[in-house]
Amino acid sequence: MTDTAIPVTTRKDWSSDQEPRWCPGCGDYSILAAVQMLMPDLGVRREDTVFISGIGCAARFPYYMDTYGVHTIHGRAPAIATGLAVARPDLDIWVVGGDGDMLSIGGNHLIHALRRNIDLTILMFNNQIYGLTKGQYSPTSEVGKVTKSTPLGSLDHPFNPISVALGAEASFVARTHDMDRKHMQETLKAAHAHKGAAFVEIYQNCNVFNDGAFEGITAKANRDDMLIPLVHGQPIRFGAEGQKGVMMGNDGALRIVDVAEVGEANLLVHDETDAGLAFQLSRLSHGPYEPTPIGVFRSVDRPEYAEMVAQQLAQAGEGKGPGDLQALLHSGATWTVE
Amino acid sequence: MSTTADPPAAPETLRGVIIRFAGDSGDGMQLTGDRFTSASALFGNDLVTLPEYPAEIRAPAGTVAGVSAFQVHISDHDITTPGDAPNVLVAMNPAALRSELAKLEPGATVIVNVDAFDERALAKAGYPEGHDPLTAGDLKGFNVYEVPMTSLTRQACEPLGVKPRDAERSKNFFALGLISWMYTRPEQPTIDWINQKFGSRTAVRDANLAAFRAGHAFGETAELFDHPYTVAPFEKAPGVYTSISGNTATAWGLIAASQQAKLPLFLGSYPITPASDILHELSKHKNFGVRTLQAEDEIAGIGAALGAAYGGHLAVTTTSGPGVALKSETIGLAISLELPLIIIDVQRGGPSTGLPTKTEQADLLLAMYGHHGESPLPIVAAYSPSDCFFAAIEAARIALKYRTPVFLLTDGYLANGAEPWLIPDVSTLPDISVPFTTEPNHVDDDGTPSLWPYLRDPDTLARPWVVPGTPGLEHRIGGIEKEDGRGNISYVPENHERMVHLRAEKVAGIARDIPPAEVVGDLDDAEVLLVGWGSTWGAINGAMERVQADGRRIAHVHLTHLNPFPSNLGEILHRYPKVVVPEMNMGQLSRLLRAEYLVDAKSVSKVKGLPFTAGELESAILGVLDD
Ligand code: SF4
Repeated sequence: MTDTAIPVTTRKDWSSDQEPRWCPGCGDYSILAAVQMLMPDLGVRREDTVFISGIGCAARFPYYMDTYGVHTIHGRAPAIATGLAVARPDLDIWVVGGDGDMLSIGGNHLIHALRRNIDLTILMFNNQIYGLTKGQYSPTSEVGKVTKSTPLGSLDHPFNPISVALGAEASFVARTHDMDRKHMQETLKAAHAHKGAAFVEIYQNCNVFNDGAFEGITAKANRDDMLIPLVHGQPIRFGAEGQKGVMMGNDGALRIVDVAEVGEANLLVHDETDAGLAFQLSRLSHGPYEPTPIGVFRSVDRPEYAEMVAQQLAQAGEGKGPGDLQALLHSGATWTVE
Repeated sequence: MSTTADPPAAPETLRGVIIRFAGDSGDGMQLTGDRFTSASALFGNDLVTLPEYPAEIRAPAGTVAGVSAFQVHISDHDITTPGDAPNVLVAMNPAALRSELAKLEPGATVIVNVDAFDERALAKAGYPEGHDPLTAGDLKGFNVYEVPMTSLTRQACEPLGVKPRDAERSKNFFALGLISWMYTRPEQPTIDWINQKFGSRTAVRDANLAAFRAGHAFGETAELFDHPYTVAPFEKAPGVYTSISGNTATAWGLIAASQQAKLPLFLGSYPITPASDILHELSKHKNFGVRTLQAEDEIAGIGAALGAAYGGHLAVTTTSGPGVALKSETIGLAISLELPLIIIDVQRGGPSTGLPTKTEQADLLLAMYGHHGESPLPIVAAYSPSDCFFAAIEAARIALKYRTPVFLLTDGYLANGAEPWLIPDVSTLPDISVPFTTEPNHVDDDGTPSLWPYLRDPDTLARPWVVPGTPGLEHRIGGIEKEDGRGNISYVPENHERMVHLRAEKVAGIARDIPPAEVVGDLDDAEVLLVGWGSTWGAINGAMERVQADGRRIAHVHLTHLNPFPSNLGEILHRYPKVVVPEMNMGQLSRLLRAEYLVDAKSVSKVKGLPFTAGELESAILGVLDD
């Protein structure tokens, strides 16, 4: 670590010499571009930045970033990143994976990294399918999904990743999508600035095995009516003219309403510190076929794990003094043979 | 109580004694054994212990399944085993008597808490109705003392105003007091310990002290025993000693390794018997910069450790057999990433949950071969509780120098067993530090300096260890096969073959960097060579003495490096007419030796969850010799 000013960089400095190997047209390309272009604005050094991934199409991500990076094993990226973050709180660590990687085989590690509040920026590319293994249904696929492994349709009820993250006590939870670079970058920037675990679900099109899964809500023509941007402190409204909004009924349930009918003053004002509200918002849509909230659902301050580990270490040092190995070996009952 | 003032009888001197404390798991027998051991250690005896407890935390009270026992062997000379057949049994209840009696030597002393022998307790222990072992002749030939320990403890505590129910809980201290008198152990260390341990809970402290003193006084005055015994101190090498268990020694060895490597220590672990005490011990020493993470599962335990290794820490994961199975995929990644990592397997009886509190050595082939693909890694094994300290440092040395995961094998017997240890001078410990790579190690064709993350050291074949945060050396690594040298993803067939060979050669080459195997015993004319590894060391030594006393010639080589083997091992194996390999498994090392050296290594196997006794090994060896 040097004290000199952060060097000015461009996208090129953050791009490795490796040619991305995703299918042409894959949504991963636009996410990569958004991240590479964002990095120069984040005020971080390349040598202090680490991308850790598991297995899957998304997990190829680290190879294309000219930073430190490890492409690990299926599902384990949050666990490996946890160790690195606890050992090296000075680093800026990103975790990248898909819906299968993070919610199926690695579900356990994801939820524990979130509850511990490890300082990680976790990007989950959700394409609702297994791409790398050539098209089986995933834990976010809709019920009835016909795939190679479910010729008669899948029977499994899908996860709602935002609800899962909130249920796992995540201190930062957001959603964005691969068709809107600006929104992606704003969301990722907020996630990166968050101290603690930041979980971002990115709707990502797999044009080979699940093409158009999100088109109904993310295509330019549909966006205004189908995406509900969440902005902290602002009334929740959407539609080309902002004519629709979200209101909490007397029964406490959230409803989509016409602003003209209920009046702007009755719209729900987004509060990213309200855990109950975040959860309700996560339940507003059941899939990418209904109006779906995007943006930051929840962002609260909670002590970060590695920082607390460092504090305990410092306190132990103050209390007992720095470790003295010879004294440790003599710390039990001893006797002397002359 | 006696009213006469007879002078106390002089103690009779013994060369050694094996005492077994047994009772219900709630009776505090481990503590009693432990305190007796400590007092004996402070007195200067040589000693070896064997704690045995039930797998269930609260097995049904009073049943044989709930019996907890602690065996301690104290001696005035060098000993290496907890002893074959106990000379003394302290049985706190009928279940303890029933489960332990058959283990005793003929004519052994049996001290029973007669208060516990009521009809209900006898039934719970599984004795047939109307059968009282104290009167039915079960104890014929034994030297039996019936002592009303519960009621005497109650009496002793009465003046303190302790409720009788609470007072009874101190009866193990009565037993300890009595045995301390019988074997003339100094009282003060135990009294000091009780004061220190229970200082804040004065009622408990006073009851324990009263019970301990009452037990001692009972021995002196009850006229039940004609005289006490003593076991003289062992004339050991001069120096300061402490009593150490294998798990503590492992934890301290890791801290020592971290200091000698000048790297912070990181432990990623998930609780599992019998390994958890290493996690407990290390979490106490944060002032050494030790970071411990109790992970969400075994996989995350090793995953976090691997992440810390990538970040430049001395990284460790601790577990037992079932945990190793879960970690297997990450071990493969660690082999592929070529990062230093220590995997500690405190072996227990398996498969599956098996015998979680009992010992076995059945994970050798798991450590050797239990990973996917061609995935060699070094294996180090500790041979005694205190050797765990040095074995941990050696495992760390190899891991750091060769950038490889290393298995350290111990077992339940070593983990919980204790022995006196001559505390080493830490200035004599080896420096095991290795430098991080901070500069480019290659020049590209166009003249630009660059980092090739898989460019190897020509001697060790280790790749550079570059930690994040190092400017200019940003690079990507992963589990996909890498191009030799440059480290980029490579699916080229010839490259994969080269990398498989390089990884194998790197591990095989460690043989040049470990001490040669050393043979002890009748080097020139042994009729048989015993090859051991791990915790069988003590029993093999005991058996050797006996076989030699039988007039036979025998030699022993004990392996602490199991992969690679020491380079002189093949020559040693072929030097002797017969080779016998005692193991607490079905012959795992003997298989490796046969495969590697084409030698007729005969397996002597025991898989009862218990260590070999010297006697068992003696007869097995004589059997082979007379074959
Ligand atoms: S399979 Fe799908 S997710 Fe994977 S690279 Fe191709 S388009 Fe992208």
